[in-house]
Amino acid sequence: MKGSEDVAAWLRGRQGVWTERVFVWVARFAVFAPLAMLAWLLGNVFIDGASRIDWDFITGLPSRHAHKAGIYPALMGSLWLITLTAVIALPLGVATAVYLEEYGRTSRLAGIIEVAIANLAGVPSIIYGMLGLGVFVRFAGLGPSVIAGALTLALLVLPIVIMATREALRTVRDSLREAALALGATRWRTTWHVVLPMSIPGILTGAILAVSRAIGETAPLVLVGAVAAIRFAPDGVDSPYGALPMQIYKWTSVPNKDLRTNAAAAIVVLVIVLLLLNSVAIWLRNRYQKRAY
Amino acid sequence: MRESEEPAVKMSVRGLEAWFTKHQVLKGIDLDIHQHEVTAIIGPSGCGKSTFIRCLNRMHELVPGAVCTGKVTLDEADVYANGVDPVLLRRRVGMVFQKPNPFPSMSIKDNVLAGLKLTQRMPPKPMDVVEKALRAAALWEEVKDKLAKPGTSLSGGQQQRLCIARTLAVEPDVVLMDEPCSALDPIATARIEDLLHTLKDSYTIVIVTHNMQQATRVSNRTAFFLTGELIEYAATDKMFTSPTDRRTEDYITGKFG
Repeated sequence: MKGSEDVAAWLRGRQGVWTERVFVWVARFAVFAPLAMLAWLLGNVFIDGASRIDWDFITGLPSRHAHKAGIYPALMGSLWLITLTAVIALPLGVATAVYLEEYGRTSRLAGIIEVAIANLAGVPSIIYGMLGLGVFVRFAGLGPSVIAGALTLALLVLPIVIMATREALRTVRDSLREAALALGATRWRTTWHVVLPMSIPGILTGAILAVSRAIGETAPLVLVGAVAAIRFAPDGVDSPYGALPMQIYKWTSVPNKDLRTNAAAAIVVLVIVLLLLNSVAIWLRNRYQKRAY
Repeated sequence: MRESEEPAVKMSVRGLEAWFTKHQVLKGIDLDIHQHEVTAIIGPSGCGKSTFIRCLNRMHELVPGAVCTGKVTLDEADVYANGVDPVLLRRRVGMVFQKPNPFPSMSIKDNVLAGLKLTQRMPPKPMDVVEKALRAAALWEEVKDKLAKPGTSLSGGQQQRLCIARTLAVEPDVVLMDEPCSALDPIATARIEDLLHTLKDSYTIVIVTHNMQQATRVSNRTAFFLTGELIEYAATDKMFTSPTDRRTEDYITGKFG
């Protein structure tokens, strides 16, 4: 009887229960505090702007009169920019990551490139704007066109795509690469048919991060010549263009309550566009994750 | 096979040395692998037996910093000669690994065909190849009704036989096996050992094993490796009954290893 009481006391007497409880609450706070702030911010914007959003706002042209102004050219400019950026940055970034992980693991050049990429990820976006102005707008003679803007944004998000893809390639077990090589496959076909298909979920995560980053950028676009209040949508890659963040910036910088409401409404549209783009990527990712068992 | 006659030499190794950067793992190996036989490579962990077979199909050099020198021939052709494409060599000298590694994104059928697809040699009637390879690997009866299921849905032993089928579908001459049963239970191991007896009629097999009973059960010849050197190489019966080297005797009687 005595013995069983000892055991019962022992089983209840674990030390450090309180430390653990405190830690869990700190962790919970760390999760919910930023989320709450984000919700508060978006909620405020939504309350200010949601009532302003209607079909005319989305299809209308900018105007000096707040209640008549629309965002159509800026919205289309942003869609052009983001599509071109993704088309340029994704293949380039994936190819770079494949070179670094699958071919250049031992080469000195790969080591240098790796350091350079890690540094590029930390460069302020306005520096990319200056680079874009010098290289694409002036040197390459592209002028203040949507392609020059997209190339600049592509450079900006390239490190994100490369790092996410490398991470994804690293999760593919070496035993699968060896299996393919031992069957007499070349490096290239091993990468294309075995390694890349298994990396697609991770690559799409990189795409989501890259698009989210690019769609909200304003500073580099100011430098490479995006127009703040343009009256037409781009009709080709060499067309002048506006972008939603530019439009938002212009509206918020004017001391006029109605224009601020317009800015809030444009932010809501921007967030919705971003969520739509990302949900496509997330849907694709889930499909591939299921396939990769 | 008539017992008195020595079968032809399929692969021949002379003066093979291998390194991982500065660490030497093989020291001057001379060894002949005979056609339609099972050659077992035994020895304690770290003796270089896996490195040895990875030099036979040039998988060794894929590891960063890994190099080897010496001569390895397949049907008297030097596989390390200038201009030899290791990719083409590996289609004739296939390999089965320690842990079953079916492609997780592929069905059972696609796993069998993976080698042909990866080397762009898809046959006109792929199902014939699938059935032939799976039958040769003694797996057909168990999977014929679920060929579209993922390869990873099979048990460990079945996965390993799927990997054998995948290797056979490429129609190699030589099959290298790197401890193919070490991750399997005794029943799955027995099935693979049975399989080896039938496979050697069509293929030349080299199997690395840490299990001496397995070597006696499946192989015609056995090579004993110790710290990167080939200590003894003889017919398996002779090796396990009257070894000539003291170290071989100590190892097979369990004094170390």
